[in-house]
Amino acid sequence: MVVTAIPDAGAARPEAPAIELSGISKAFGPVQANRGISLIVPRGTIHGIVGENGAGKSTLMSILYGFYRPDSGTIRVNGRETAIADSQAAIRAGIGMVFQHFKLVPNFSVLENVILGAEDGALLRPSLSRARAELKRLAAEYRLQVDPDAVVDDLSVGHRQRVEILKALYRQADILILDEPTGVLTPAEADHLFRILRGLRDQGKTVILITHKLREIMEITDNVSVMRRGEMAGTVRTAATSPAELAELMVGRKVLLRVDKAPARPGPPVLELSGLRMVDAGGVERLRGIDLTVRAGEIVGIAGVSGNGQTQLMEILGGYPEPGATVTGTARLRGAPLPLTGTDASARRRAGIGNIPEDRQGEGLVMDFAAWENSVLGHHRDAGSRSGPLMDNAAIRSRAADQMQRFDVRPPDPGLAARNFSGGNQQKIVVAREIEQNPALLLVGQPTRGVDIGAIEFIHRRLIELRDAGAAILLVSVELDEIMALSDRIAVMFDGRIMGERDPQASTAGELGLMMAGASG
Amino acid sequence: MDYATILQILDSAVRLMVPLLLACLAGLWSERAGVFDIGLEGKMLIAAFASAAAAAAAGQVWIGLAAGIAASLALAGVHGLASITFRGNQLISGVAINFLASGLTVLLGQTWFGLGGRTPALEGAARFGTWHLPGAEALRGIPLIGQFYADVLSGHTPLVYVAMLAVPLTWWVLLRTRFGLRLRAVGENPASVDTAGVSVTRLRWTAVGLAGLLCGIAGAYLATGLSAGFVKEMTAGRGFIALAALIFANWRPWRALGATFLFGLMEAVANRWPELDLGPVTIPSMFMNALPYILTVIILAGFIGRATPPRAGGEPYVKER
Repeated sequence: MVVTAIPDAGAARPEAPAIELSGISKAFGPVQANRGISLIVPRGTIHGIVGENGAGKSTLMSILYGFYRPDSGTIRVNGRETAIADSQAAIRAGIGMVFQHFKLVPNFSVLENVILGAEDGALLRPSLSRARAELKRLAAEYRLQVDPDAVVDDLSVGHRQRVEILKALYRQADILILDEPTGVLTPAEADHLFRILRGLRDQGKTVILITHKLREIMEITDNVSVMRRGEMAGTVRTAATSPAELAELMVGRKVLLRVDKAPARPGPPVLELSGLRMVDAGGVERLRGIDLTVRAGEIVGIAGVSGNGQTQLMEILGGYPEPGATVTGTARLRGAPLPLTGTDASARRRAGIGNIPEDRQGEGLVMDFAAWENSVLGHHRDAGSRSGPLMDNAAIRSRAADQMQRFDVRPPDPGLAARNFSGGNQQKIVVAREIEQNPALLLVGQPTRGVDIGAIEFIHRRLIELRDAGAAILLVSVELDEIMALSDRIAVMFDGRIMGERDPQASTAGELGLMMAGASG
Repeated sequence: MDYATILQILDSAVRLMVPLLLACLAGLWSERAGVFDIGLEGKMLIAAFASAAAAAAAGQVWIGLAAGIAASLALAGVHGLASITFRGNQLISGVAINFLASGLTVLLGQTWFGLGGRTPALEGAARFGTWHLPGAEALRGIPLIGQFYADVLSGHTPLVYVAMLAVPLTWWVLLRTRFGLRLRAVGENPASVDTAGVSVTRLRWTAVGLAGLLCGIAGAYLATGLSAGFVKEMTAGRGFIALAALIFANWRPWRALGATFLFGLMEAVANRWPELDLGPVTIPSMFMNALPYILTVIILAGFIGRATPPRAGGEPYVKER
């Protein structure tokens, strides 16, 4: 072994990388979250870190921000070896972090949030006036305009994120870590964020961006590191790579970004809607006359910007419209009338409608229930789940264990609470439960939101299999790519109406985008 | 009703509101930091007993006050240990403290003094005397204002003035200092404080300690200022009335002053006219005595205004990624 350089524990070297990790390992009990991670982030760059859920990205960044202490390994900041014992130490080292779930005090003003923990003295007044001036300067320098006296509760999500960035900059952060920053943003807000990040880089700051959206990586980063199962799979220059290559690095094998499927062979109509209208409790008309047919053996995708009535449509079909809503129109399921009001979700299930709800954690799962308990929700009264008046827990449990094997839920432990699974594996539990009931019609809302690439591919394949087995599938997604890849027919929804139907083979994203913005088809 | 009667009632209301005000501010400090405290009652009770016992033994009321504060702080320590350090359920810890205080005071009282749970009556230096504000006698001659100053504002025990000063002090510390900002933040979103590199645990412990201090003063006032000794269950639900006042006050210091004054006034009116004669009907004494409790129930049931409690209240803080 050759010693090439003696570590200089003294002053920071200006040419040194902003962050240099070597041999970082961290285990939580038996789970090795990070294993021998080495990473170099050059100064003045935007560095992406991608990986599937559970790959160890967040653990690594939490170590860098002092939330966890690594079991082994060293951290160098600007070339100087730094022990980061807590968040205070990270802040002192010039590291700032914008968490996925903002750490703001909702009823404080922007100013109060910015100074919290970084006050100048025991009295607030001088800190507040200094922060006011500083915020003005930062706003001008980085296009981070936020009203300093606004209460955080009243701000949009995009603005709250700016407050988080301002907090870090106010603490003189030189290195800014952002964890999944665009997950909660509208496309316009995300664009603005990217402009801000580029501005920060151009001023010499270093940005580390954690995401699982490859499109964002390609758009904004200079370099990208890929993590897989707690290890660093590789670091590449963004300009020299492609989404396909990154996806392969992430999952360790080739990933089909397009879905392979045979042409649909549609059978008789399963769901027929005509003139479906819904007026919510506030008197706003959310659905303005929906006519739609879904046939056996086909996937009909509803494209649209979220908030144009898709949620309401799925809730009505699922049997749980918003309280106080007035629903009119007619619906038929396999030729028989389907009541739109005075019904409930369990009647819908008995009629043969399965449901993968949009809000997985709120409606699809009970987060504190074990996986096996979740696997029977909505079907707990069925013959196979009961013995007399009691639930047949042993049968449910063994069925759940079997389901988890076949749907590749990791870890395949039926006794683990839902909240302890990653997003993708939570979704697999829901998908398994709904598909295994062999529904005539399956409602699918945002099936891959917050789900990693490997799981997306798996879920897509299962949906296609269900279609080929003769089920009718109604899919709602805000991801146009997903709609185009899965659907046999696409209906575009805008402002409570169907703007038109399209054949996915014969239409372009641009054309659909125009319809999603309200141009009639 | 003449002016002298009004002054008498107001004077009595001020005396009676003091334990409520101190307990209410105690609850305010604790709950603004996110720690629910239904053990105000128990802390006041044990402080009342400890102060009366110590004052009787030492013949010195200030020693009694110190003992009361120490006893209340000890129970606050139990609450802090259970709900902050060990992240237990804050309500259960509070209930336990109330039971503990209720049983312990009677048991120790009987063992030590053999007076059926009472402490010996306090006299002289073992009780708080009254302080007269400067110029009270000279200004008494001025109608209305002078009389008000001399009869209502002046002539109370020192702890009354401590309680009154605690209101602006609480307001100022809570809203104008770094400590107050962090404390409020920890009651709303402890993660914001934690990620800023400030200790959530230390802040909450400080808040619970302040609550213990204020409850200690409240209990000592009950036994050595308002009365002349301890009798069993002498707090008589004041800790819960203080909680109702806290909700009524929407967790704000100045409003706490107003809310507790309202309760004190009701108690004063009930004391003055046990049976209120309104001509055709006479309101029975049971009803008059129950008035503060009836108002408490109404407030706790949420009939008055919309209360917005601290958002992280009642939740132990567990760090997550």
